[in-house]
Amino acid sequence: MSTEVNNIRELAEREYKWGFITEVDEERVPRGLNEEIIRLISTMKREPDFMLQWRLKAYRHWASLEKAQAEPKWANVKYPPIDYQDIVYYSAPKKKPALGSLDEVDPEILRTYEKLGIPLAEQKKLAGVAVDAVFDSISVVTTFKTRLAEKGIIFCSFSDAVQKHPELVQKYLGSVVPYTDNFFAALNAAVFSDGSFVYVPKGVHCPMELSTYFRINAAETGQFERTLIIADDDSYVSYLEGCTAPIRDKNQLHAAVVELVALNNAEIKYSTVQNWYPGDKEGRGGIYNFVTKRGKCLGVNSKISWTQVETGSAITWKYPSCILMGDNSIGEFYSVALTNNYQQADTGTKMIHLGKNTRSTIVSKGISAGHGQNTYRGGVKIMKGAAGARNYTQCDSLLIGDKCGAHTFPYIEVRNASARMEHEASTSKIGDEQLFYLRQRGLKAEDAVSMIVNGFCKRVFRELPMEFAVEAQKLLSVSLEGSVG
Amino acid sequence: MITSPQQLTNYLEAFSDFEKSATGHNLPWLRKLRRDAFARFCETGFPTTHDEDWRFTNVSRLAQTPFQLVRTGHELSRSQVEPYRIAGAACQLVFMNGRFSSELSSMPNHANELEISGLADKIASNPKPLERYLGSYLDIGRDAFCALNTAFTEDGAYIHIARGVVINGPICLLYISTGTDTPIVSYPRNLVVAEEGSQVSIVEDYVSLGGGETFCNAVTELVVGENAVLSHYRIEREQKQACHISTLRIQQARSANVASHSVLLGGSLVRNNVHAVLAGEGSECLINGLFAGNGRQHLDNYMLVEHKSPHSNSRQFYNGILDGQAHGVFHGRIIVHKDAQKTDAKQTNRNLLLSDDAQMDTKPQLEIYADDVKCTHGATIGQIEQDALFYLRARGIDEISARRLLLLAFASECLDRMSNDSVRTHVATLTNAALYDAALPSSVSAQPGHEQAALRWNEVG
Repeated sequence: MSTEVNNIRELAEREYKWGFITEVDEERVPRGLNEEIIRLISTMKREPDFMLQWRLKAYRHWASLEKAQAEPKWANVKYPPIDYQDIVYYSAPKKKPALGSLDEVDPEILRTYEKLGIPLAEQKKLAGVAVDAVFDSISVVTTFKTRLAEKGIIFCSFSDAVQKHPELVQKYLGSVVPYTDNFFAALNAAVFSDGSFVYVPKGVHCPMELSTYFRINAAETGQFERTLIIADDDSYVSYLEGCTAPIRDKNQLHAAVVELVALNNAEIKYSTVQNWYPGDKEGRGGIYNFVTKRGKCLGVNSKISWTQVETGSAITWKYPSCILMGDNSIGEFYSVALTNNYQQADTGTKMIHLGKNTRSTIVSKGISAGHGQNTYRGGVKIMKGAAGARNYTQCDSLLIGDKCGAHTFPYIEVRNASARMEHEASTSKIGDEQLFYLRQRGLKAEDAVSMIVNGFCKRVFRELPMEFAVEAQKLLSVSLEGSVG
Repeated sequence: MITSPQQLTNYLEAFSDFEKSATGHNLPWLRKLRRDAFARFCETGFPTTHDEDWRFTNVSRLAQTPFQLVRTGHELSRSQVEPYRIAGAACQLVFMNGRFSSELSSMPNHANELEISGLADKIASNPKPLERYLGSYLDIGRDAFCALNTAFTEDGAYIHIARGVVINGPICLLYISTGTDTPIVSYPRNLVVAEEGSQVSIVEDYVSLGGGETFCNAVTELVVGENAVLSHYRIEREQKQACHISTLRIQQARSANVASHSVLLGGSLVRNNVHAVLAGEGSECLINGLFAGNGRQHLDNYMLVEHKSPHSNSRQFYNGILDGQAHGVFHGRIIVHKDAQKTDAKQTNRNLLLSDDAQMDTKPQLEIYADDVKCTHGATIGQIEQDALFYLRARGIDEISARRLLLLAFASECLDRMSNDSVRTHVATLTNAALYDAALPSSVSAQPGHEQAALRWNEVG
């Protein structure tokens, strides 16, 4: 504990650990956004026609929203207006003809991963995790494919999926988050560069945690991922997502879309640790993270579980949601969101109960320090047909320092008399008695705070896969450092 | 904004007519107050469901109905008002469609300690003390209905309790709306100033005589001085065609203690806004509410508590019972400002849905800018507990009576917080009557022997 805290102390004043820029030759489209750019992206990615048409529809919808100035303003966050014509929408590392093994990967890129602590070669043995590393916008190398292929699991980059499994992509793309969903979802649908695609066939229990590391690299490029995960009948998959980004002076926009589809008796577990560059101490720079994540429990007895640890980004705007359509389906949301310095987070979830006996659990823990503003915004909707639906919501906030803010905005709509829902929320600061108790037992103030915060978040950390849980705890301590005392 | 040019013209005509002849039209400050408020209303128009604060309540019906402002009260006899008296009241003021009627009212004896009169009378006789308080705390920018009420401010109750005075019985304000063939609107405006160390209970009771479309847009301002203790009760039991939108604005000085109780039972479209500002250190505020709806009633409770000073406490409790196709809304918001350290705020909303067509939307919110606070909120929506029902049935109580007992128990959580005995008894009688039918599920009421069960209920209750 105490050596860890010493480390934390060192880390306290130092700059963002993951802030480095890799020099790689890039292939990029011109700055700005118009139909030509969309066609160019689609051509560069050699996409079939249905993709191009879909992108164009999305673009036109987005353009109409832009014109009507329909960029959402309701979130409890403040940022200068974004110039959407001042963004480079596509950049990819220059392709070498074929990548058979790791040796062929650009050594620069490999070194980047080493700095990030995910050497691909080691990763294979170490964690038993298949890594689909997205570097900037394109998938560089995919490991463990063979083992997964034996089971019939498709785990590849989105571009590959479009080439190799167009029928699946066409069937499910936009079925959970249609391009008309919101401003940023429309933008993503028009320009998305790459992402991950997972299909787990009937009756297959995915033998390992699937994982992707997203990185934003080339200067001034926004990144627009799109992830689609389909779990067919009676299958199970656990998916991990972790992020870091290099230091930038200019704010970067990130508008990703994640769609999950769970069919009969299927279960999807989606875990995120997000530690993108949050901006410096005065709130300059940092990533704008405007993400649309949604899962659909399409089949009976299906289950979708979201777990997230949000410590990075200057602004987070993210609501992983579940549409519980199948009878007896289950939605879960576990979240820790931390804001320090001038970070702002408006995050939460939406549980929409449509099927009978559907259940949802929401556990959200917000921690605000420095000038951070942390908002929980959640919706629970129990529709008329959802007889016997059940919801439990708990959202707690912890305040550290007197310049931060914590806000809770739940929306609860119930249209069925047999439904039951409970919502609880609390806001408090770390108790002086708690601190005193720990200090009395010889712990330093920082140790004590770190311990209390970890205890506060324990319920969420418990839901994380092992290796993530450790990382998340460390991340929290590092992110909090400097705010205590 | 759903205010069409035609509707706006209607209001404009009504306002210019009103402004010329209204009591106090020659007072510059009052004229300015009315004009500014009307300008504000013209600017915003009626809210739509796109406004976050009106998300679940659609007022387009109100906006589209051409309501007539009635400024002369109907003639009523004292015997017609008699059934609405509350036993043990210190005095009773009666208002007919928003106009004070001195013939029907019974005034108190304490002349020096308690000044009580119709607002219009006060404006006409001695407007000086009003200038300081009237409209000074109400935020007309927040709400179009507050702006409209302020623009048409003329009559209501004016109550001033002198320093250190304790009034024992409750002061009752009875608002009677009498329907006619044309839809009518009234704008009661009440001002209560409780000086340092005074204690008083005030009851606003809204009732209807006869049917017809009526719209009551009421505003009450409570200005509570240091160490004063004030409890305010609002009882809404108008007929099923009445629309009622009311705002209670509470301003609390140091260590002031205010309890606001609201009981919504009647009306078709009802919205009750309570906006409390705990401006003084150590002030305490209890906001307690009960709403029970059936048929197509829409009952909306909007609460805003602002903690502006350290060491203040607030408690909000709302219980809702919804039957038929009733739609209940709870919107509670606690804002803790930067300097309000050591705030302790709690908010609870519990709801029972008795029918599949009933609907409940709840939105408890916390907005906190100070760090040393203790704030919680909770909301539940459910139905009558099967285990509790079984417990009672196992003891030989029939299903309907058991359901009634449980509903009354649920309602009495709110009633028990009312400290004034005579008001509590009054409210309990009303709630019992209102909940009497709510215990009959459609399946049960169809069964024979229901009357017998009702008989037995009388024995139990």
